Amino acid sequence: MPATKLSKAAAHDHASRIFDLDVSSLRELNQALHNLTPGSNETAWEVLHPKGSHSVAVGVDQPVSIDVRGSVGYYCGGMNSGSTITVHGSAGPGVGENMMSGSIIVKGDASQYAGATGKGGLLVIEGNASSRCGISMKGIDIVVHGNIGHMSAFMAQSGNLVVLGDAGDALGDSIYEARLFVRGKVDSLGADCIAKEMRPEHLELLQGLLDRAGVTGVKPSEFKRYGSARTLYNFNIDNADAY
Amino acid sequence: MCGIVGLFLKDKSLEPKLGAMLSEMLVSLSDRGPDSAGIAIYGAPSKNEAKITIQSAKPERDFRGLEAELAKAIGAPVSIAVKSTHAVVRTTPAKIDAAREAIQTLRPDIRIMGAGDVVEIYKEVGLPEAVVDRFDVRKMTGTHGIGHTRMATESAVTTMGAHPFSTGADQCLVHNGSLSNHNNVRRELIREGMKFETENDTEVAAAYLSSQMAHGKNLGEALEGTLSDLDGFFTFVVGTKNGFGVVRDPIACKPAVMAETDQYVAFGSEYRALTKLPGIDNARVWEPEPATVYFWEH
Repeated sequence: MPATKLSKAAAHDHASRIFDLDVSSLRELNQALHNLTPGSNETAWEVLHPKGSHSVAVGVDQPVSIDVRGSVGYYCGGMNSGSTITVHGSAGPGVGENMMSGSIIVKGDASQYAGATGKGGLLVIEGNASSRCGISMKGIDIVVHGNIGHMSAFMAQSGNLVVLGDAGDALGDSIYEARLFVRGKVDSLGADCIAKEMRPEHLELLQGLLDRAGVTGVKPSEFKRYGSARTLYNFNIDNADAY
Repeated sequence: MCGIVGLFLKDKSLEPKLGAMLSEMLVSLSDRGPDSAGIAIYGAPSKNEAKITIQSAKPERDFRGLEAELAKAIGAPVSIAVKSTHAVVRTTPAKIDAAREAIQTLRPDIRIMGAGDVVEIYKEVGLPEAVVDRFDVRKMTGTHGIGHTRMATESAVTTMGAHPFSTGADQCLVHNGSLSNHNNVRRELIREGMKFETENDTEVAAAYLSSQMAHGKNLGEALEGTLSDLDGFFTFVVGTKNGFGVVRDPIACKPAVMAETDQYVAFGSEYRALTKLPGIDNARVWEPEPATVYFWEH
């Protein structure tokens, strides 16, 4: 997988502040990150031996870069606001849940509900994502280099989900307004999700997302766009079976 | 919640470490379920010997003198190895059913955890650390095993409500999730002649698999049946005398991660359960797909 622009940007001038989770506790790491104030010189952080720990670098609200060397458990980077978190491994359920801004790059695979309810920022998964990727997304941009699982973008409300590989069953079930771009095959579409025309503004938007996620050699024209048919916005008895 | 683990060894050189590896995996998931914990370990088969794992709330009273009384009752040699509240009764395979009946007659308060040629099952109320210490699980050897730490939802916090559930010779199952049609399935299985010890939904799943296999299905086919016949949320990890299987329901909201190397196949509810396994950094790690049966046999 190509390195993303963002992870290159994480290269830093200052020495990293290193937290070895074999030595320090997760609480100490997160507290140190929460203690950061605007203008801090401690802009580069490195987390060693995460060993699947939960809640690594949750609730960071300063524009620092955090390199996590290994795989993480639940909710890594949850509520992220402005930081750049790179997981050099795989991520467990709920990576980047409710992210507000900044970015999270997962070099390996991501488990269920990656980027759930995210309001902003960019989540890049260089491997595959599992089921319910982008569930209830509210403005986040998610780019998955590989495949995504079933029920992804369920009840998605805003933002963009870009998938270079395939999507599982019931993509975009009960979707509101988010845009879904899938390059590979889609096993099935969920209720009220339809294939949509790729207009010039969508090609442009998608190119921008691919650029931001460091994806090269892939053209926006290779993708199909999916979104809401908007028939379930208001209750209509004729649609009762679709709910 | 609930945490489940499973380990199926391909490399014989790891067999002496099975108990230690499985214990480590289970303890790492303690905070997924504080109510009870248990493991099933499949040891090496020994010629002309079968075992029954029994449990008593009053082991001093119930296990004392049982060896001699049982040998007399079934007319065959019996040995009993006591471990805390549990004991493993060994006798000849031909006498295993007789021994089972005799135990219930001689000591009505004793509970049978499981029986078969190779399986031993240890489970109690409490955290995994306490359970593996109590039964010295780390020292156990074997070819494969499964474990569970329980957050009780469907039935009481008791020893019998702990997993694994064993409902057939050398068969057992651990479950994360909850079944919604277990009462119906239980009634159908009772009609077939199956017996139940608890109100627990997982026991129904175990009995369902035993029934399917008793009808001639192999483990893979029996697991396939759970997808149409059991309703609810589940990740099942099952062991048989020489097999190890995994299946998740079609919604697959209960977490699961697997790893495979030349040396083993491992299952954990979370990746952190796998992090101390040898060669995990180069293992093939994946999430089992929904409604897809995975199984391995020796």
